[in-house]
Amino acid sequence: MKKLSFLLLSAAAFYAAPAVAQDLGQAPPPDGAVETLEEETSGLSGSVTDESAWQDLSIAIPGFATDRNVDTAANASGTAALGKEIARVVYNDLRNNGLFEPVGPDALPQPSYSQITAPSWSVWGNRDAEMLIQGYVQAGADGRLTVGCYLYDVALNDELARAGWVVQPGDWRRAAHKCADLVYGRLSGEDPFFDSRIAYIAETGPKDNRTKRLAIMDSDGANHRFITTGRSTALTPRYSPDYRQLTYLSYVDGNPRIYVYDIGTGQQTLVTESANPTFAPRWSPDGRYILYSMAVNGNTDIYRVPATGGTSTRLTDTPGIDIGGSYSPDGSRIVFESDRSGSQQIYVMNADGSGQRRLSFFGGRAATPEWSPRGDQIAFTHIGGNFRIAVMNPDGKNIRYLTNSWQDEAPTWAPNGRIVQFFRTERGSGDTALWQVDLTGTNERRLATPADASDPSWGPILP
Amino acid sequence: MNTRFAIVALTASALALGACKKEPPESLPPQPLPTNASNTPVTDPNAGMSGPGTQTHFEQMVNGQNVIFFDTDRYNIDSADAAALQTQARYLAQYPNVTVTVEGHADERGTRDYNLALGERRANSAKNYLVSLGVPATRVRTVSYGKERPVALGSNEQAWAQNRRAVTVVVN
Repeated sequence: MKKLSFLLLSAAAFYAAPAVAQDLGQAPPPDGAVETLEEETSGLSGSVTDESAWQDLSIAIPGFATDRNVDTAANASGTAALGKEIARVVYNDLRNNGLFEPVGPDALPQPSYSQITAPSWSVWGNRDAEMLIQGYVQAGADGRLTVGCYLYDVALNDELARAGWVVQPGDWRRAAHKCADLVYGRLSGEDPFFDSRIAYIAETGPKDNRTKRLAIMDSDGANHRFITTGRSTALTPRYSPDYRQLTYLSYVDGNPRIYVYDIGTGQQTLVTESANPTFAPRWSPDGRYILYSMAVNGNTDIYRVPATGGTSTRLTDTPGIDIGGSYSPDGSRIVFESDRSGSQQIYVMNADGSGQRRLSFFGGRAATPEWSPRGDQIAFTHIGGNFRIAVMNPDGKNIRYLTNSWQDEAPTWAPNGRIVQFFRTERGSGDTALWQVDLTGTNERRLATPADASDPSWGPILP
Repeated sequence: MNTRFAIVALTASALALGACKKEPPESLPPQPLPTNASNTPVTDPNAGMSGPGTQTHFEQMVNGQNVIFFDTDRYNIDSADAAALQTQARYLAQYPNVTVTVEGHADERGTRDYNLALGERRANSAKNYLVSLGVPATRVRTVSYGKERPVALGSNEQAWAQNRRAVTVVVN
């Protein structure tokens, strides 16, 4: 019976016109804009605490206050309850990532609206808080929310940073992530990363009959949405740099082909019209081009095509498998994978395909290279016994392992290049999950997803 | 008609005996057809399930050799694979209306993108060998499933050997 249904499926796929095939669910709503308020910053004090110790900072994050508790589409209980929720999001961002030692709003007294800009220093000093994050939320007549965020140094009795944003009620979590980013950036000196999204593949079902659906979520797992229904296998998604599109592989017409899905319209189109199978789609940093890999008579090479369609340019032409690809942040070079030397290794070339040379010369195989958005590292999967996430310098030197498990693969970078996300497969069961780890190899943790998860792709910081 | 079937089946068995390099799948080849099966009238409503041009018929006639196996990261056609593909080619010569898809697969111990390309390479190896035996290229299409569709569920050498395969499937 299994053989039979398999046969029928293949036959159906062979005859179904691609235009008829459909695997898309309801389109997610388009993004609202987040407007940053121009606020006078009070005189900033000098340098914060010794930088090596910032991760041990105890930070108090009480509920955000509201000027008056009114109805809002963002929370059924009004803006006061929403203020507490916002503080919880900030707290979870900082806590879950192993950054600082935050204490959340459920364990702290609630400051009044007037105290947001004039903290009760003695209250927080007595709680041994070194840092204090306070904020407010107001609902405007048009329903939009104004969220203010303040970072204070309790020991200095001084303000370190402040910012404010105006968001649609549905985007209230983004204001919370912006606040967490403000604090993280001010205290660590690093670029922000919380206000960003992840595309990945949700997996359900037994190992020999997995359902694989394209899904998206915020960096903290909230606002989770399935894009495809699971009727056909979806793999290897990538967010466009402006978050308006996703490119991914689908078997919707029975063959592995890559598509661009438009989040605003819910429509999708083939990346390139070809009878050949296409794999491993990647965006250029400016979003103007898509790299893809195509097999012709069994030989896979890397091509580049304008994201709006048009003529493809072949970038590699060696016998063997050339696949994947990741642009340097300035778009001038592409790091990719090739087995032209006999086994999977990492190579680099100029963006026009010239100057191809091998980068990885350590033992074992090296696969799935991803250039850090900062440009200073390349993350990849090292295969030598276990499959481990590793990083190296862009010249192929100084390999450092970040993980050690049976099968970790497919690294993707946080927008600030400080955290690497990947997926881990369990030996035997084949269960999969998303994990992330700091560039230092610490703070390894599993991300909560509604089902098993693979092929993560972390997008840039949201505008 | 019966005699020709018997000859094909015999040749297939002889070739299968000669093939020994790689571990065959654990499952046994299907039982041979009862002698009266081919006499089933075409008007029989069930004939479509097992008559010429069906997957069941194909697998029976090639004596289960519709699957070939590969070593880790390899895609070459060895003697066992060649014997199986010769059997498949004879079937396709005998039934010129049959079209097939060769499905290429990889084991789980590879990265996703590479395994898709590797499965495609394996499927093409099988296809090219069939074409070299005289099967028109238009009757053989390929599809790669990478590591997405394992048949053996373990995480061990034996399971991986069964999953590194190219499966020939009848399309019409």
